[in-house]
Amino acid sequence: MTTPDPAKPRETPLRGVHDRLGASMTEFAGWLMPLRYRSETAEHQAVRSAAGLFDLSHMGEISVRGPGAAAALDYALVGELSAVPPGRARYTMICAADGGILDDLIVYRLAAEEFLVVANAANTGVVLAALTERAAGHDAEVTDQTDGYALIAIQGPAAAGILGPLASVPLDGVRYYASQPATVAGRDILLARTGYTGEDGFELFTSPPDAEHIWSALAEAGAGAGLVPAGLAARDTLRLEAGMPLYGNELGPAITPFDAGLGRVVKLGKPGDFVGRDALAAAAQATPRRVLVGLLGGTRRVPRHGYPVLWDGQRRGEVTSGAPSPTLGVPIAMAYVEPEVAAAAGNGDAGQSDANAAGGPLEVDVRGRAEPAQMIPLPFYRRSDS
Amino acid sequence: MTVPENLSYTAEHEWVAIDGTVASVGITDYAQQALGDVVYVSVPAAGAAVTAGEPCGEVESTKSVSDLYAPVDGEVIETNPDIDDDPGLVNTDPYGAGWLLRIQLPDDGDPAGLLSAEEYQATLS
Repeated sequence: MTTPDPAKPRETPLRGVHDRLGASMTEFAGWLMPLRYRSETAEHQAVRSAAGLFDLSHMGEISVRGPGAAAALDYALVGELSAVPPGRARYTMICAADGGILDDLIVYRLAAEEFLVVANAANTGVVLAALTERAAGHDAEVTDQTDGYALIAIQGPAAAGILGPLASVPLDGVRYYASQPATVAGRDILLARTGYTGEDGFELFTSPPDAEHIWSALAEAGAGAGLVPAGLAARDTLRLEAGMPLYGNELGPAITPFDAGLGRVVKLGKPGDFVGRDALAAAAQATPRRVLVGLLGGTRRVPRHGYPVLWDGQRRGEVTSGAPSPTLGVPIAMAYVEPEVAAAAGNGDAGQSDANAAGGPLEVDVRGRAEPAQMIPLPFYRRSDS
Repeated sequence: MTVPENLSYTAEHEWVAIDGTVASVGITDYAQQALGDVVYVSVPAAGAAVTAGEPCGEVESTKSVSDLYAPVDGEVIETNPDIDDDPGLVNTDPYGAGWLLRIQLPDDGDPAGLLSAEEYQATLS
């Protein structure tokens, strides 16, 4: 394998497909990725109402295998991976010793002694290095498999109906956050029922040479059911509506899982030590420094990443992600605010008016002009059958 | 991506159509493609004075927001009444139904500093 030229973004095995579809390409985390094919709003709505097809081959895949693999991951990550049965998956995080988040991960237990760790593209190197270091002394081998996989996601209420006839296994047997080997359109894949859209859907880990065949088979099978290719722009608004955090926005090295409202992923009760345990045990007891909340914009000017959140005219927080919500038709945002503001501004019920009475209005400084905002519970969108 | 020959342009990706002493203004096909789906446009109200090269509004899209720059000096005399309800017109017909505002030019001469289609095209490559 050749060393990637840092100046030139890497291309996924589906680059030719994106070009033929006329995608607008963008550089993301060192990869050339489809941002949108036509209208990102239409792609978003297709995923909510029918299905979307995504190329996620930029995601990092790291294999951890060996008799000590489970113990190594219990030490390296905040979750208890040894308790995950083979065939199931967990959303988890890898933290620094100070409790700061290095990445959020989905870990698939493929077999008793084999795990697949899926990392964000921008963090794959950091995660690989940390896992390698933390697995030392355990009987486990950590290898970067990113080049060995293409990743295709099919997401939306029609996803199962489109994928089912092409798959060698009944999809009813693949539970949410489970995976199993299968064939799709005659090619061997790892089939997982996971996603980042708030919809039912599947992620297909394929061999790179098979990616185009599988993509085309799905596109053809889904054409009559409203399946459209969907880019990173739609993926971002879908995950935001679903209240799912994004590394670099809601998650980062200065943020603990407890700050992000995801303390449940930290298994302080698991046996043995793990990296970050002391700091995270303290964070679990402490009043959080900040609270992740949802905001509804009161005007059409959109609160965006980095904009100050104002309470009674004072800066008391910061927007982490914001976009016009295709589903709700108004701007939505996630923001970190001081705990006092989160408590007083309430969770969208009577607390809202109390907050306005006690502390003045909640606003976002949108490029120099304060726009009203309302705090509401996350997520902004929850699918009706879940 | 189209750059109509009969229009003038700015480096900030506005187009200008001058008819007598009135300039019609919008954003270019390149700009709307780069922005993605436009969800909101703010423009100065009729009667406002604008100065060439100064920000006079905003174009919000799903992924970003961009300033709208006045391409010429003058007074806003009309804004597109359809854009508020259907900002997607900027995407579907940037040089037609997606126009944004009309500016009355001052009496003293033609606006300076606008680019021809050829010159604008050259800034895109």
